[in-house]
Amino acid sequence: MKKTVKIGYIALILLFIYIPILILAVYSFTDTANIGAKGHFSVKNYITLFTTEELLQMIIGTVLLAFGVAVLATILGTLGALGAFYSKKRISSAISVLNQVPVVNADVVTGFGICILLVVVFGVSKDTYIPLLVGQTTLCAPFVYLSVMPKIRQMDSSIYEAALDLGATPFTALWRVVIPQIVPGILSGFALAVTLSLDDYFIATYTKPATFDTISTYVVNATKGSQTSIKTALWALSTVIFVLVILFVLVMSLRSAKKEEG
Amino acid sequence: METKENIIELKHIGKSFDDGFAAVSDFNLEVKRGEFVTFLGPSGCGKTTTLRMIAGFEIPSEGEILLNGQSITELPPHKRPINTVFQRYALFPHMNIYENIAFGLKQKKTPKEEIDRRVTKVLDLVDLEGFEQRSVSTLSGGQQQRIAIARALVNEPQILLLDEPLGALDLKMRKEMQLELKSMHEKLGITFIYVTHDQEEALTMSDKIVVMSEGKIQQIGTPEDIYNEPKNAFVADFIGESNIFNGIMTGKLKARFCGGEFACVDDIEEGTHITAVVRPEDVIFTEPGKGTIDGTVTSVIFKGMHYEITVQSGKNEMVIQTVNSAAPGDKVGMKVEPNNIHIMIAEDHTNVFNADINKAFHLEYNGTVLDTSVTRIIKGSKRMEDGTLIDGHGEVVDIDRTKIQISIRPEDIDMTDNAEEGLVQGYISNLIYKGDHYSYVIHSDLGQDFIVDDEDLWNMNDTVGLIMPVEKMKFAVKR
Repeated sequence: MKKTVKIGYIALILLFIYIPILILAVYSFTDTANIGAKGHFSVKNYITLFTTEELLQMIIGTVLLAFGVAVLATILGTLGALGAFYSKKRISSAISVLNQVPVVNADVVTGFGICILLVVVFGVSKDTYIPLLVGQTTLCAPFVYLSVMPKIRQMDSSIYEAALDLGATPFTALWRVVIPQIVPGILSGFALAVTLSLDDYFIATYTKPATFDTISTYVVNATKGSQTSIKTALWALSTVIFVLVILFVLVMSLRSAKKEEG
Repeated sequence: METKENIIELKHIGKSFDDGFAAVSDFNLEVKRGEFVTFLGPSGCGKTTTLRMIAGFEIPSEGEILLNGQSITELPPHKRPINTVFQRYALFPHMNIYENIAFGLKQKKTPKEEIDRRVTKVLDLVDLEGFEQRSVSTLSGGQQQRIAIARALVNEPQILLLDEPLGALDLKMRKEMQLELKSMHEKLGITFIYVTHDQEEALTMSDKIVVMSEGKIQQIGTPEDIYNEPKNAFVADFIGESNIFNGIMTGKLKARFCGGEFACVDDIEEGTHITAVVRPEDVIFTEPGKGTIDGTVTSVIFKGMHYEITVQSGKNEMVIQTVNSAAPGDKVGMKVEPNNIHIMIAEDHTNVFNADINKAFHLEYNGTVLDTSVTRIIKGSKRMEDGTLIDGHGEVVDIDRTKIQISIRPEDIDMTDNAEEGLVQGYISNLIYKGDHYSYVIHSDLGQDFIVDDEDLWNMNDTVGLIMPVEKMKFAVKR
């Protein structure tokens, strides 16, 4: 009895989490334009998704942006974490407090701030993509810092000194000895940065070039618009993203399970 | 053998950190090529900081480090022909054993064949042949330690630094590795600088020991020198077990301490204040009344090879190691061979004595309650409602086992003719004129001698009371 209640409770919670996306997934395979209405099985949404030039451009652009931002944020965040770790205690704790602020701060404030600084104060044109890159990197780098830091703490801090002691230059010691120790943290920081960039709406709206759209900004605009074929194609896009995420999570957890065994 | 020149010299080395903490001050040392030198001291004495300055991980705030006569004070670590074995091994976990050992040689662009040859040779030296392809995580602590040594030695450094390398090993492994390190040192002829807090390890392995405390060198010498002729009370206390007493020279080759007059071999001027050190194994039991001093056995502990017996003689305590047992309560006499008494001229004449905590948690000495608060002396302590006393760590203070050590300077004690007025009574057994004051030795009824500085002249053998103001006393907790 008790067990059924437990399982039922968990099932209910999971249902609430997954049902919205499942509904979207089911309707993405129909020909109706309204969720709730009856329709027939159809893959036309997927055809629209993969044949509309505008949609494809937008998806490719978003993914390229996400990876570009993630690379920048990973470099900055990792260097920041290493620098903070090897700094004196007071500097180190000051850095980690300052790093917390953008994490907690509302994205809309960060986005608006970056926009004001770069576009208004420095006069950088939004068309250069620089405000967008800078804005999203500002958003992601602190998260990379947070995911790298625990790995650095776990590492035996004397291995850097051991490498120097054996004749390695500071750069070699960092590259050949320290970085390999914290690769898992760097990779998860990178993955986090990619998702954060894909998710971001506020910073992108404030800083993106007028002609460019990320998935988030595009979806918000499209749902307001009247082009139903595009709107329903976005259901298909949501489903594709969801499937990709599921696959990614499965692969990651299988890999870590395997690692623990072996 | 080639002439032994200094391989490394440390001149007036000092290191202060940003918070103002002076870890090392005025450190002077010369190490000869091929020597095995050990820095020995309690944790926080600056021994590891000194080692790190030699390795190049810390830059001295003052002074100079010379390697073969050339200053390397500010040379970065990767440019020094010196290698370190770290306390927690610091092996590179993502590399296998071969890659770990080859790391240093690769930095020097050594040809592959030579790296292979030298890795094999050094693995042979540390008795781990064929371990090349193993990963670090499959090795035991002792094996990792050997790899760490091999990784340093393969570079053929001029000096090998070892930072408490055996600290993480169990006792048996540690003994084994001590001997192995010693034989490696003899075989290779490389200069070893070793850091440890384990005095036995230092005595076993070293050619030369540097005893450190609070950032300063206390004594440099061979293990025999350090053990037999400690330079001050700290060294005597730190190296092996010792009975340490304050005393005074009372005649030619005669010293008075621990309530008796002992013959000794150190010719020091009469009247000089001294610190006497007697090793527990050097005290000989006699029939009561037939030794130099008498006492009562208070505790007997069996230690396997010997008994450790504590004897109370007046207010003094003597610890004795002997193969014959005794029972608590036994009356015994004690004597010490003159050449087993080590006498040092005391730099500091502070009177030190122990007071008890009585049932009401007041400090009591010689039947007098002192006007001070025990809770103030024991840091962070407080009285609980159930009447017990809790110390800063939340543990109950056992008043039978806790003593408060009181120190008071000779100039802070006043003498009075009205003996009952004083905290302690006694007679003047010695006086010396010190230019602007007299230094008196008062032989108290408790058997302890007190040193009192006074501007007025008192007569020998006068009975006096010693007035000791509580506000001039310093307190320390002893368990």
